[in-house]
Amino acid sequence: MARRRLKMEKVREILNRYGNSKDNLIQVMLELQNISGTNSLPHEWVVFVAKQLGMPISRVYSVITFYSMFGTEPRGKYLIEVCKSGPCYVRGAKNVLQLLEEKLGIKPGQTTDDGSFTLIQSSCFGACDIAPAVKIGEKVYGNLTSEKLSEIIDSYREGQHNE
Amino acid sequence: MNKVLSARFGKIRPDSVEEYIHAGGYEGLKKAMSMDHVAAIEEIKKANLFGRGGAAYPTGIKWEQAYAIKKGPKYMVCNADEGEPGTFKDKHILSEDPFELIEGMTIGAYIMGAKEGYIYIRGEYAAIQRIVKSAIENAKKAGYLGKNILGTDFEFDLKVVSGAGAYVCGENTALVESIEGKTGRPRQKPPYIKNCGLYQMPTILNNVETYSCIPWIIKDGGEKFSSLGTEFSGGTKLMCLSGNVKNRGVYEIPFGMTLRELIYDLGGGIEGGRKLKFVHLGGSSGSCFPESMVDTKICYYDLKKAGFSLGSGAVLVVDDSHCVVDYLKTVMEFFEEESCGKCTPCREGNQRMVEILEKFTEGTATMEDFNKIKSLAQTMKTTSFCGLGQSAPVPVITLIKYFEEEFIEHINGKCKAGVCSMSGKAGK
Amino acid sequence: MDMINLIIDGIEVSVPKDTTILEAAKKLNINIPTLCFMKGINEPGSCRVCVVEVEGWRGLHPACVTKVSEGIVVKTATSTVREARKNILELIMANHNRECLSCSRNLKCELQTLCNDNGIDRLPYDRKIDKGCIDATGPIVRDPNKCALCGRCVSVCAKQQHVGVIDFANRGTHTTVTTAYEQGLAEQDCINCGQCIKVCPVGALSERDDTAKVWKALENQELHVVVQTAPAVRVALGEEFGFAPGTNVEGKMVTALRRLGFDKVFDTNFSADLTIIEEGNELLDRIKNGGKLPMITSCSPGWIKFCEHQYHDFLDNLSTCKSPQQMFGAIAKSYYPEKADIDPKSVFVVSVMPCTAKKYEADRDEMNVDGLKDIDAVITTRELARMIRQAGINFAELEDGQRDSILGTYSGAGTIFGNTGGVMEAALRTVAEKLTGKSLDCIEYTAVRGLDRIKEATVNVAGMDIKVAVASGTGNASKLLDKIRAGEADYHFIEVMGCEGGCINGGGQPIIKDKSTTEEVKAARIKGLYDIDRACEVRKSHENPEIKKLYSEYLGEAGGHKSHKLLHTHYVKR
Repeated sequence: MARRRLKMEKVREILNRYGNSKDNLIQVMLELQNISGTNSLPHEWVVFVAKQLGMPISRVYSVITFYSMFGTEPRGKYLIEVCKSGPCYVRGAKNVLQLLEEKLGIKPGQTTDDGSFTLIQSSCFGACDIAPAVKIGEKVYGNLTSEKLSEIIDSYREGQHNE
Repeated sequence: MNKVLSARFGKIRPDSVEEYIHAGGYEGLKKAMSMDHVAAIEEIKKANLFGRGGAAYPTGIKWEQAYAIKKGPKYMVCNADEGEPGTFKDKHILSEDPFELIEGMTIGAYIMGAKEGYIYIRGEYAAIQRIVKSAIENAKKAGYLGKNILGTDFEFDLKVVSGAGAYVCGENTALVESIEGKTGRPRQKPPYIKNCGLYQMPTILNNVETYSCIPWIIKDGGEKFSSLGTEFSGGTKLMCLSGNVKNRGVYEIPFGMTLRELIYDLGGGIEGGRKLKFVHLGGSSGSCFPESMVDTKICYYDLKKAGFSLGSGAVLVVDDSHCVVDYLKTVMEFFEEESCGKCTPCREGNQRMVEILEKFTEGTATMEDFNKIKSLAQTMKTTSFCGLGQSAPVPVITLIKYFEEEFIEHINGKCKAGVCSMSGKAGK
Repeated sequence: MDMINLIIDGIEVSVPKDTTILEAAKKLNINIPTLCFMKGINEPGSCRVCVVEVEGWRGLHPACVTKVSEGIVVKTATSTVREARKNILELIMANHNRECLSCSRNLKCELQTLCNDNGIDRLPYDRKIDKGCIDATGPIVRDPNKCALCGRCVSVCAKQQHVGVIDFANRGTHTTVTTAYEQGLAEQDCINCGQCIKVCPVGALSERDDTAKVWKALENQELHVVVQTAPAVRVALGEEFGFAPGTNVEGKMVTALRRLGFDKVFDTNFSADLTIIEEGNELLDRIKNGGKLPMITSCSPGWIKFCEHQYHDFLDNLSTCKSPQQMFGAIAKSYYPEKADIDPKSVFVVSVMPCTAKKYEADRDEMNVDGLKDIDAVITTRELARMIRQAGINFAELEDGQRDSILGTYSGAGTIFGNTGGVMEAALRTVAEKLTGKSLDCIEYTAVRGLDRIKEATVNVAGMDIKVAVASGTGNASKLLDKIRAGEADYHFIEVMGCEGGCINGGGQPIIKDKSTTEEVKAARIKGLYDIDRACEVRKSHENPEIKKLYSEYLGEAGGHKSHKLLHTHYVKR
């Protein structure tokens, strides 16, 4: 309960920092998602933001469902995005996806049972020179082989990337 | 070779004003602030600089028109959305030499009398956004941004605005909508954003690379910049080479180099002993063409004559292990995913392209389907609301132009490259 | 005025600057097909149905939003244009639920007309994306799989009504028009005004069909089924049967209702008169005794819900009077059964309304007396037309019928409740005479008439200046209330109707096929009501003999104990 109150304080602080301005809705939502702990935007926060900014909830929902980076349902601790655009595709992105599906035991759009990984197929994020590439959180990994991929996943599993 | 843009890449701390100045930076701004505005614009016109984001509008003319507009306040906006697949050049400028962008925007602001500017950086470049923000802070502290720039009454403030994952926000009106906190659905044109852009005010919107050329042009002169390139295309271009080549990466080349030279000399040629099947130029929304066309010079004029557009400068090389139809399906899946959904031809058209192409890969396509793809491509090109929908059919049209037999083969149930499943499932 | 000369399909035309190609073509009797376009309300230029060729211009251009330029040569039906239009319509239809036979808009659907006119045949696509479930949580039913994504409903809800409960969500092929988190409309701030239904070109939005409830009651021999018809129904019902908008078809409507099997055919105009007595009394009481002013009318349930969601600070300003629909129900289950010597529990009250919010109002917890619900079923004008057609009644040829007493007589004042300014004028007619104690000849208050969205007037009665305002459409009401909040205006009495133009333009009225004639249709329906008013023998509510009888034989005095129990209500902060 106390953690929830603390988090709501943080929500208020972020809104204030952006001047409680409708123009900054996307910037606010990006920060809120980062502190949510679920890589998504909790319903309660969305309703609160709509009220504070004086916007219909349907309008805020319209914005957060438009942009790929926002999640409306809780997601895994680590978001693994596998690029499926042209430059990665011609360098074996299909294999990378298959390897990840096998290693994690989930399909794109799903989250592992322990809540650590959500697997997503994404559009190009500018790592074409090291294709095929994946993005985990903010970090980009490229020139992936089966071994490299395993090493990377294991390093996350072992908590080497906890902030 | 003269390096205009990449001279300081990897050589300086990206957010350090001192190191930037030490490496020759901010000379352009100092010169611009001692010049007549019209004279500065003349230099940019002489430079033969075309917009580096893909639309290739002559920058000098754009700035001349913007300067003449009496309405205000004017805004300087930088398109750092870089969503076009195969494009990763702005990433380098933003993370290795952000000050050349900042200086370019500041020069523009000085000329236009703009007090505020925005750099719209795609959300996926979160770490890079921090570098740029830090550079801006340091520029303010050193008196190169904010109030009283270089001790004068010129003031200009820059803010970084993050995208949140939408390729369509690379379209200039959608980008402006996104800065205003809305969904990235493009606006009707006219009015154009030069008259009615951010907050309905005159807006000068340019790509990262375009702005980054400005300091050099002002410092060393438009004619000198122009002379680096061809008669029709001034300066240098950051080309992004990717795909089945040995040396993938960003190359700063003078206009006039051929695609063959880029791919084989700089790029090291095709990997793994395979042959070049086709080049996809300018990103997913650009033209595809076979080896027979790679002697075309990289120049806006030459490419246009050949029926292509340089686009963002992305060069995706695809070897003969790939199937044209299968590749095209992947490309159209990208557009299906990224369409904003506003207009019928793009929202529905991309989806149906994928549906029909799937029939091709499953071996259940008919000639009727083939004709439908061609008809749909024309409708999308001519009736889509914005550039995304208008350009999405370009790979369709060009791949059909140069590889028609491969499509016909698929109708007859054969995939020569051995990639498509031909399982006979789709459309039944 | 700057005129622009251009050529469309080989014909020269000259139009003012800023005219669109669509408008210019219309002048030449060329009706370029459109879908998403609705002038002044929705002009996104997004459906691309109206694209045309302009010589020398690259690509094709949407006629609805492209302004003319000097000397352009436009072609609206070349093979390129026709092929594009065909592709576009096929694309729209491919993701559209094509179960036309069971759709409420079958034969009245803009998409059907477009497909028919443009030769859309077998579709070359198979896949259909499921856009979600049908939302039937409230009086307004949404079917996202019929949605053509034109955006008209989003515009009307947000820009005209200031509600904004629906918006575009998602992107690309998954784009839908929905509420936040796809919740039911009944779980969100929807006010049930139904303006979205009126602008929807297809059957994605419709009213909840309550005709089955009514058929069942009519066939139940143990029930005494009575019906009331709202003022605005009689000048619009005819449109469903080929009559011009504004034609008074009351007589035929009464006959049809009798044929359907209603035991008594009464009239909401009667209870509108009743509302005036109670509300006029309430207004005078507030003015004399320092009660909360301005007093705001409460007969529009869409407006009431809007106030309950967005303007809590004005809830105490609302009149405590129930609406005419609800007052009728309360009287129909108390006074009427007493006089008719029947069991009140056997009375089943049906109301025919131009309004979808009335369905919500009837189900409100407050709307019952001693455990008896005021209203048992509400059907809209459109649903009544459907019942008439289902019964095979040849409406156009019916003889005029007579309403029943004791709840069927009305005054002209009760009639004009159906249009914006009507409640105000009706109230003033009674209040003026109460204040002066005299019978007045001049009873037409033209200052509050007309289609202006917000009207203000100061009426001098018995030496007193009564400041009044009239707003129709909740967006306009909102503007008016914001002015009062900001201290920029003050009034004694305000009439608010949830729909622009008043009930004649309610969410349950016949849907206007050619949206460009909307203002004309509204004006015609309004004129129809004022014509009835002028032709009435009794034009003031307090002179309605059946009303006088109701008070003398049952209610006692206006605002008395019985009135309070039956005819007044309270509101909820939402």
